[in-house]
Amino acid sequence: MRAPDSSIQFDENGHLKHFLTVNGLTRKSLVNILDTAESFINFGQREIKKVPLLRGKTLVNLFFEPSTRTRTTFEIAGKRLSADVINLNASRMSTTKGESILDTVRTLEAMHTDLFIVRDKASGAAHLIAAHLPDHIKVINAGDGRHSHPTQAMLDMFTIRQKKPDFSRLKVAIVGDILHSRVARSQIHALNILGVDEVRVIGPRTLIPTEIEKMGVTTTSDLIGGLEGIDVIIMLRIQHERMDGQLIPSEQEYFQRYGLTENKLQLANEDAIVMHPGPINRGLEIASSVADGSRSVILNQVTNGIAVRMSIMAKLMGGQEKRS
Amino acid sequence: MGNAIDIERVIREMAAHILSLDLPKPLLVGIHTGGVWVASHLQRELDISSRPGMLDISFYRDDFTRVGLHPEVRSSELPDPVEDRNVILVDDVLYSGRTVRAAMNEIFSYGRPARVVLAVLIERPGRELPIQPDIVGSRLVLDDNEQAKLTHTDGILKLNIIRPGNTHEGT
Repeated sequence: MRAPDSSIQFDENGHLKHFLTVNGLTRKSLVNILDTAESFINFGQREIKKVPLLRGKTLVNLFFEPSTRTRTTFEIAGKRLSADVINLNASRMSTTKGESILDTVRTLEAMHTDLFIVRDKASGAAHLIAAHLPDHIKVINAGDGRHSHPTQAMLDMFTIRQKKPDFSRLKVAIVGDILHSRVARSQIHALNILGVDEVRVIGPRTLIPTEIEKMGVTTTSDLIGGLEGIDVIIMLRIQHERMDGQLIPSEQEYFQRYGLTENKLQLANEDAIVMHPGPINRGLEIASSVADGSRSVILNQVTNGIAVRMSIMAKLMGGQEKRS
Repeated sequence: MGNAIDIERVIREMAAHILSLDLPKPLLVGIHTGGVWVASHLQRELDISSRPGMLDISFYRDDFTRVGLHPEVRSSELPDPVEDRNVILVDDVLYSGRTVRAAMNEIFSYGRPARVVLAVLIERPGRELPIQPDIVGSRLVLDDNEQAKLTHTDGILKLNIIRPGNTHEGT
């Protein structure tokens, strides 16, 4: 799979104007997003959970692929910034009538949308849309095919940083279906940009892309040995819907070899945290007792997703209007 | 310099003025960063036990679409509820009034205070909004391109007048 051109996410001054991929961003830029998210984290406790930053702006959640938590957290994030948020499940709308993605986007552009949140099953969809919009309209990639899911990676970095502030000594394992995972790709970029000690990719050979080592990771198909010395365990969802043909053995056998159980968790460092981007296949990639256990930060990831998405939206939408 | 200011004395006078207002259930709230320092000094003078609230008004600024967010934006912290309290809003320098406008909007996101009074260490002319202080430490007339900036080192507050090209320090 060829990565789409990421340079279009910057303006002529090198400022971020779209958020399409983590690849190519600087450490400073990522840290800035995380720091700003920190200031949004206590918002849920305020009497009025809103700030006026995006007042008068229109945000369209354009999802060509179903999603609950990502779409919902984008919606909440937009509303907490006072934007008007419109949700479109486009797969059930015009595209099924033969209208192309770009026609749909141009129609919405004519309604004066300021920010598109795009999810599509095709890699590069958000890039395509961003490339065809006028400068003042921003695009955030909410997941494109197998390519990238940058806001998920950022909320994962935020969640890790809450528990383990010093990235330089961290060993992170990403376990499971790497092949179909846009989340894993974005996480690998982000972890390496933030300078972790090691990213270890663990999964059956059929679910690890060839040449993934070029992204700066080590690989193993042995979960038992692979968890040694690990501080952060990121479990990935088995994506049945993206699999053509038989890539995993029976579910029982997969769980036995690659499912994270209490016993296997003991093999990692004693303060290791467990993450999962959701939705969870309980009893397939992770045991319920681990998903709901004290080391799990899976629900923190969901909560943090709102603050991190607020931060990214504020970063894209602020400072756009030139001084007269 | 001609505008050397005894900040400790000025803050004592501000505290005396606040006491004379006889505000029930007072709540000090400083605007980040200079206002928080002044609020802390006022707290000591006023003998209020709870520490002052801190407002970072970045999310309420009216120039967000022009300049974006400050990279070091902080979370506002109001340790006590503002509901029905007499809020003493504190800033270091009152100039255009836009910061105070933003701060008042933010305060109301936390609840409905009984009353808000504005206390500023320095007032300089140049208001762009109909906002006036209730308690003023000192008045200062500066040119448009000059800036009054408070610094805080080891508990000592110092007022600096920044002019284009060179910096003069007052006290």
